[in-house]
Amino acid sequence: METEKRPPVLKVEDLSISFEMYGRGMRKQEIEMVHNLSLTIKAGEIVAVAGASGSGKSLLAHAILGILPGNARVEGKMEFCGSTLDADLQRKLRGQEIAFIPQSVEYLDPLMKVGRQVAGIGKKQEKKQRQERMREVFARYHLEESTAEMYPYQLSGGMARRVLISGAMMNPAKLIVADEPTPGLQKELAEETLQNFRELADKGCAVLLITHDIDLALQAADNVAVFYAGSVLEIAPVEDFAGNGENLRHPYSKAFLRALPQNEFQPIEGFQPYAGALPSGCLFAERCRERTEICNGNVEMRSLRGGQVRCRHAK
Amino acid sequence: MKKFFMTVLRMITLLAAISIIAFLMMEKAPIDPLTAYVGTNSTISEEAKQEIAEYWGLNEPPLERFFTWAGNTLRGDFGNSIVYKQPVLTVIGERFRYSLALMMTAWLCSGILGFFLGIAAAVYRDSILDKTIKMICLIFQSAPTFWVGLLMLSIFAVNLGWFPIGLAAPMGKLASEVTLGERIHHLILPSITLSILGIGKITLYTRQKLLEILNSEFILYAKARGESIWQIVKRHGIKNIAIPAVTVQFASFSELFGGIALAESVFSYPGIGSALTAAGLGGDVPLLLGIAVFSAVFVFAGNLIANILYGVIDPRIREGNSHE
Repeated sequence: METEKRPPVLKVEDLSISFEMYGRGMRKQEIEMVHNLSLTIKAGEIVAVAGASGSGKSLLAHAILGILPGNARVEGKMEFCGSTLDADLQRKLRGQEIAFIPQSVEYLDPLMKVGRQVAGIGKKQEKKQRQERMREVFARYHLEESTAEMYPYQLSGGMARRVLISGAMMNPAKLIVADEPTPGLQKELAEETLQNFRELADKGCAVLLITHDIDLALQAADNVAVFYAGSVLEIAPVEDFAGNGENLRHPYSKAFLRALPQNEFQPIEGFQPYAGALPSGCLFAERCRERTEICNGNVEMRSLRGGQVRCRHAK
Repeated sequence: MKKFFMTVLRMITLLAAISIIAFLMMEKAPIDPLTAYVGTNSTISEEAKQEIAEYWGLNEPPLERFFTWAGNTLRGDFGNSIVYKQPVLTVIGERFRYSLALMMTAWLCSGILGFFLGIAAAVYRDSILDKTIKMICLIFQSAPTFWVGLLMLSIFAVNLGWFPIGLAAPMGKLASEVTLGERIHHLILPSITLSILGIGKITLYTRQKLLEILNSEFILYAKARGESIWQIVKRHGIKNIAIPAVTVQFASFSELFGGIALAESVFSYPGIGSALTAAGLGGDVPLLLGIAVFSAVFVFAGNLIANILYGVIDPRIREGNSHE
């Protein structure tokens, strides 16, 4: 297969993101929010990163785009189409080859007309072309031309969502990073949004879909990365999530799937560990029924049955 | 329309309140208009004094005197200034032109300079530039106006001799012969002094607001769309900090008015401020009352302009108004 030989569009290896904060007594403290996260996305593929709200998923998106706040420290390796994705490359690529679809209308400047924001920046000579392109994109997403003259507060939820997607379509991007693209949308609109992602992927885009909604992830993605306490515990093809998750690799993924209302609706005992107080070994160990002594040691991501897992016991 | 009437109503109640308070304070102040008028060393007879008091209505109860004054004021007669021996309105009108030139120069200088210094400090946050700007602002904020004025005078006028020591035009020259250049030359030191009063506030405020904006989500999105920091400041920053900056700047009209009283005295600049000082020292009640009312109108106008400008800048406020 030809596609297998090409380098993946995005390859993230051992990504850790930590923040410097002032703890008690003005002591500087470093809190690691994302740890040793690894992930690859190929062209034409939708990878969903699914996990609970507030577990640091958005940080992954921001790290890829290079828009983390100044006090964040990033470690690990990121590659884009084979070349190292550093700050310089990020600056060149964002808005061009890497497009970002933010969560909500809050990400639009309240005082600027929507059209100007979607059209974005570029050379003066190309202004006409950008306007033209914007009209095309608006038509594609059923936005009337008059939308361009509106201010963000005048948009309905669905319109805002489509405006934000339009923004990502202005330039032919190779990678689209969508951060929680559907909450607050009606079912039809949410499905339409997912359909849009599918089309983009079919055109050869790589799509990273960050969501707390596992149903959505299962509906849209080719591969699902299960995010827990700041890292990815398992990456599995979407088929493996069928039924009660017998084909899944990580105990957490299985338990998570069982906990869903449409399945056994059985809650997992305990809580996610806090970013400041993580266990040294497996992040899930405290709540895991299969825990043994080796779980306290270092647990690496490894390939297993066409997916990847971070568990010593998984078979 | 409704809004317009409300504004007018607010203005009227404000002026009424100001007049009453100012009048009460004058009434309670240890100023005797009669003594102020004839002078403490006057040899005028007691009967003559009584006659003047009777003529002025000083023997009537305060409430009656207030209504006499208010009635005359409403007809446009603010009375005569004792110190300047001219109608109060003439004094204010004449001096206000000088003060206006001074205040507007200082206001524009501090506003524009402060705005850009604030932006620079926010963009280069925590750099040497930012720290320097912050420190200068804090020093300017805490320095008393009259002291800065004296410092300016002793350095630039006395020691270096670059600028005149005082007044609004060269001494001994006919008013018709004074050139614009000379007027500007006399204006520079006082307006710098007055600018220093306002610049710290607007700079620090702009810096703070821009930092807040730069932390907001839409800036993150703009960054993700490939905008550079200066593009972000130009496209999203300036408009979003304009509203708070405009508010602060127009609200500073009141401080400006306070500032000219000191600055004009130091520079013997013939504006409203020095008239106010002279009126206070000379027990010139009509002039003091006139200036109090006039300054209230001035400050009110500043706030009103700020309110109107909001609508121009922010579409949300504009729309909100049209729904009324």
